[in-house]
Amino acid sequence: MKLPAAFRNSKGMIGAVLVLAILLVAVIAPMLIPDDWATRMDMRARLSPPTWAHPLGTDQLGRDLMYRVLLGAHTSVFIASSAVLMSIVIGLPLGLISGYVGRMTDNVLMRLVDTLLSFPALLLALTISAVLGPNLQNTIIAIGIAFTPYLARIIRGEALRVSHMPYVEAARTAGNSDRRLIVRHILPNIMPAVIVQSTISLAFAILAEAGLSFLGLGTQPPDASWGLMIQASRDYLDRAPWTALVPGAAVALTVLGLNMFGDALRDALDPRSKGAS
Amino acid sequence: MLDSDRPLVSIDNLRVEFKGEDGPIVAVENVSFTIAPGETVCVVGESGSGKSVTSLSLMRLVEFGGGEITGGRLEFARDSGTTDLAHADPDTMRSIRGDEIGMIFQEPMTSLNPVFTIERQMTDGLRVHRGLSAGKARARALELLQQVRIPEPERRLKQYPHELSGGMRQRVVIAMAMACEPRLLIADEPTTALDVTIQAEILSLIDRLKRETGMAVLFITHDMAVVAQMADRVVVMFRGNLVEEGPVEEIFTNPKQDYTRALLAAVPRLGEMRGKPAPEPMRLIGAEPARSAPVPAAKPKPLLEVSNLTTRYPVKGGLFRRTIANVHAVEDVSFTINKGETLALVGESGCGKSSCGRSILRLTEPSSGQVLLDRSDITSLNDRDLRRAWRDMQMVFQDPFASLNPYMRLSEQVAEPLINFQLAAGSELKDRIATLFDRVELPRSFMTRFPHELSGGQRQRVAIARALAVNPKLIIADEAVSALDVSVQAQVLNLMMELQAELGVSFLFISHDMAVVERVSHRVGVMYLGRLVEIGSRAQVFENPQHPYTRSLMSAVPIADPTRRSIREDVQFRPIPSPVFPLGHEPGASEYDEVSPGHLVLKNGLGASVQ
Repeated sequence: MKLPAAFRNSKGMIGAVLVLAILLVAVIAPMLIPDDWATRMDMRARLSPPTWAHPLGTDQLGRDLMYRVLLGAHTSVFIASSAVLMSIVIGLPLGLISGYVGRMTDNVLMRLVDTLLSFPALLLALTISAVLGPNLQNTIIAIGIAFTPYLARIIRGEALRVSHMPYVEAARTAGNSDRRLIVRHILPNIMPAVIVQSTISLAFAILAEAGLSFLGLGTQPPDASWGLMIQASRDYLDRAPWTALVPGAAVALTVLGLNMFGDALRDALDPRSKGAS
Repeated sequence: MLDSDRPLVSIDNLRVEFKGEDGPIVAVENVSFTIAPGETVCVVGESGSGKSVTSLSLMRLVEFGGGEITGGRLEFARDSGTTDLAHADPDTMRSIRGDEIGMIFQEPMTSLNPVFTIERQMTDGLRVHRGLSAGKARARALELLQQVRIPEPERRLKQYPHELSGGMRQRVVIAMAMACEPRLLIADEPTTALDVTIQAEILSLIDRLKRETGMAVLFITHDMAVVAQMADRVVVMFRGNLVEEGPVEEIFTNPKQDYTRALLAAVPRLGEMRGKPAPEPMRLIGAEPARSAPVPAAKPKPLLEVSNLTTRYPVKGGLFRRTIANVHAVEDVSFTINKGETLALVGESGCGKSSCGRSILRLTEPSSGQVLLDRSDITSLNDRDLRRAWRDMQMVFQDPFASLNPYMRLSEQVAEPLINFQLAAGSELKDRIATLFDRVELPRSFMTRFPHELSGGQRQRVAIARALAVNPKLIIADEAVSALDVSVQAQVLNLMMELQAELGVSFLFISHDMAVVERVSHRVGVMYLGRLVEIGSRAQVFENPQHPYTRSLMSAVPIADPTRRSIREDVQFRPIPSPVFPLGHEPGASEYDEVSPGHLVLKNGLGASVQ
């Protein structure tokens, strides 16, 4: 099979490799590395800089940062991607219906979304998480709901714009039912916006999980997540900057990979970017 | 003073390149021509011919768009001697731009800054280039507004661009370009975005200013009719190259190059259909003559009967977004289209012609009135029956770039109506699509392509193929050729006439272009402020226009013949009033005088307001 042109350039390639590598780590690391390697404390080597024994250094409890970051990938990537997926599953139909149907439906749905939007996303997630109780599943639900209104707003705007395009009207007079119109004509044309927004949301979701963990509602210590690691490093930034740099680099690489991958995916779906064939 | 024998501008071997992904793209090459002082040179060409790039190079504005002048000289005669603009430094260019060379752009709304008053925009240049004090600059601005004959110039100075009409805005832009008494005025498609009456005003204004001040004009346009009205000399461009250059009469009566001849052949000229009973395809050079032309039906049978159609759009406002007023887009319009005939609706922007077409299809819901298609009432159908009714009437939209889904292959888009109306499936579906592509003269290899791989004209053919797929009885063509280059426009018009002759399909042809309408229509309706002010056979309306608005519209149309210049006199048409009325406003019904059989002229209300 031939790779789409968008993935054959260096940017798309790097993005795809990064995303694949991170997914691989998230899935395989928990199978290969025993759980306790990330929680085993070495009190003699607290806040140790990178050494042969601890290639990426240790944290304030002498836990190995390499193992923590490798095992934390699972939690962070799983929570963030599930939450974003959830916000797409709710936000996409919400925005589509709101933008396509318009009138009263739009008004009702969007006032609902506005209400959600008026709370800071983290506060909203915090409340939901506090009500439902702190565990992995509820963290996902909390972040997913908190992120939904942003996505719904963007999708509604795009749906509104696209459904007034002449090609949608032409498709309507070609006898398409509302359902076919949405699925075949509107959806493909708003996908670029959905992809871009989703990749950005993923980065924020990783950080949102960190925020919840910091407040004691997300991942529970001693389990590792990138967000939790960044939060924990706060007090040692001056003495042991690697405690922040290591998980920070993991988040940065993930976001970078996702952005590049998202751009390439968007281009791959767009027939215009393939050039004359 | 300048020596009048010496050219003001002499462009020598200009070459402009743009950076592309796969190396430089040559936009203009080997272009050489001169402009004498006080002369109007028209550069004419279709899209992509490099005409705008040439003019932007002269201002060195092309560099701001990613282009680069890679060869040639652009000599401009100044008081201090000749300067080569291609190699002038930025400081010199700044002192020339807006001072010795003025420029007018296409879109009068976007070439004025919406957050500054007219005074502020007009005095800026005067203070920079002339070092005038605020008071003196203001006095000069006022003088300029008087020179471009804007009504109530004092009041305009205090206004913002959005408070002025399109025509007035373009007058302000021209006044600004004239501020420092430039020796050369570059006008890049200055009337393309304007209505025909406003175009006539602006053209006559530019012509008068040229004669009064002795400045030279470099006029960029795609419209041969405008060229015929404005030019002293003409430069014809095609794909970045200069094709032909010469005095305007020479170019029009005795073109030497094939391309110029083809371009001229494709231009419909108002009045050339006089005395002909039916529409007639254009004779295109290089193409085989059209196989068949539509003939009037011997016994016309009505297909579409529209009676008392009214469409109003609500204007929302206030805290609760209540309806506070109505736009009366279509007001009590009635007409009939016979089988196999074309009725054209003409009028200026905002006259309701598009709304009328959309209301017939119910893409926009009409407020009241009745639409009968083959005796069945369209207006009372529910959603499902309406969808079925679209089998008999289809639409072709204006913008071929927006009317095809960029994410779908062309064959899929043409197949959609066939699948949805269950007209064909399997191998029959494939055959039908292939036949449709043949029908609109597109190669079958295009079937698997995406819209972006086609040119505008080719896309419009696909849109026509999609409309034809269901064998409709009526096709509503809403400005279907307006976005196309003139040679492509001629081909698409011929295709439509041919299809009508062979398939007996009726057209509602909505257009602002009187010359095109004269060419294609059996009957013509003129719309103004939502009303049909005059309707009749083509001969009746074009050869014996009765309504004052029809007459002023006809007088404003530029004619592609330099021997029939009509813009010499300064003209000002009455601006079209607003169609927004308060809630509950009920204008009277449209009443018509029948001046001859089938030729109706509106008698109430409007007569006074247009004259």
